Amino acid sequence: MAILYILMLFILIAAFIAVETKYLLSSVICIGAIGFGASIMFLFLRAPDIAITQIVVEVLGLIILIRATISRDLTFISGDREFFAVVVSIVVVFVIFLAGIHVFDDSLPEFGSPVFAETEGAASQTYIKDGMKKTGAANLVASVILDFRAYDTLGEATVLFTSIIGATVVLRRKSRKLLEELDK
Amino acid sequence: MKGMTVIVKTIASWVKVLIFMFGIYIIITGHLTPGGGFAGGVIIASSYVLILLAFGREFAEKNMPLGAASKIDCVGALMFAAIAVLGITTGGVFFTNFLYQKYLPGNAMELVSAGSIPFSNIAIGLKVGASLFMIILVLSIFCQDYRCKDDVCEIPGGNKKENN
Repeated sequence: MAILYILMLFILIAAFIAVETKYLLSSVICIGAIGFGASIMFLFLRAPDIAITQIVVEVLGLIILIRATISRDLTFISGDREFFAVVVSIVVVFVIFLAGIHVFDDSLPEFGSPVFAETEGAASQTYIKDGMKKTGAANLVASVILDFRAYDTLGEATVLFTSIIGATVVLRRKSRKLLEELDK
Repeated sequence: MKGMTVIVKTIASWVKVLIFMFGIYIIITGHLTPGGGFAGGVIIASSYVLILLAFGREFAEKNMPLGAASKIDCVGALMFAAIAVLGITTGGVFFTNFLYQKYLPGNAMELVSAGSIPFSNIAIGLKVGASLFMIILVLSIFCQDYRCKDDVCEIPGGNKKENN
């Protein structure tokens, strides 16, 4: 699938620009481009559920980030990067890459063909075979995330709940300490 | 923050309804077509974010106050937990699909099917929509902490700052 490699190249270029650019707003826009590229990749890999979620969350996150970016004065990133840190990180990533090539030389399956589709007795085969009979849901993804693996969704909901509590506490309207300082 | 121009306000007042309805559709048919509670909830939240960006903070707060959003959030979380606990009392195991196995089998590919999965979708949609809208509302009323007067904020220990 050549389109996937083209999209990967697009994502890589966008990620590189997002890291290297000087302007915060263009960096945020490049992060959005990464998300949209990933969403199109999910569509080509035949996963519409994840593609919908990815594009919707990307849009909302981009709105938050752009609003946060343009309402602050610090939209210009300055400062040089340390030469030594760059060299060390490049060497470490390259060594891990070489080790990965050495270990997974010919045991990796082809790109886009999941291991679980070929392994005997894998859990995902049970989902595909009996999912509709056991849960009655036509969308197998819904039957997995809300019936077979509902604990995962419970954990996700708990993480969201906790993060909302944290955000409202940190950003609440009446921060008592600040008001006391202002009253003095 | 007094909102945007008349063009944006007019278009937003039409489009927000469509986005909201699309979110509800994605949630309700989550067990039949791609989508589900999370994606639909984010779409509903984005319709409220459109209101907030187009009409300004006060209008959005009047439309959906912070207290109401947090109550909807809690209702969604409690509904999801109640579905999980009802699985223990009726089926014996946490998160049993008790509605499908005992009370409401339904036919596959129909709207009323799959037991408790649509209810879980609705619960997660309420939760995600309310909580994501709460994040943006809280972020946008952040400047009120600094006692803004006429779009100029006074930050303690700092200089004056424009409030966009």
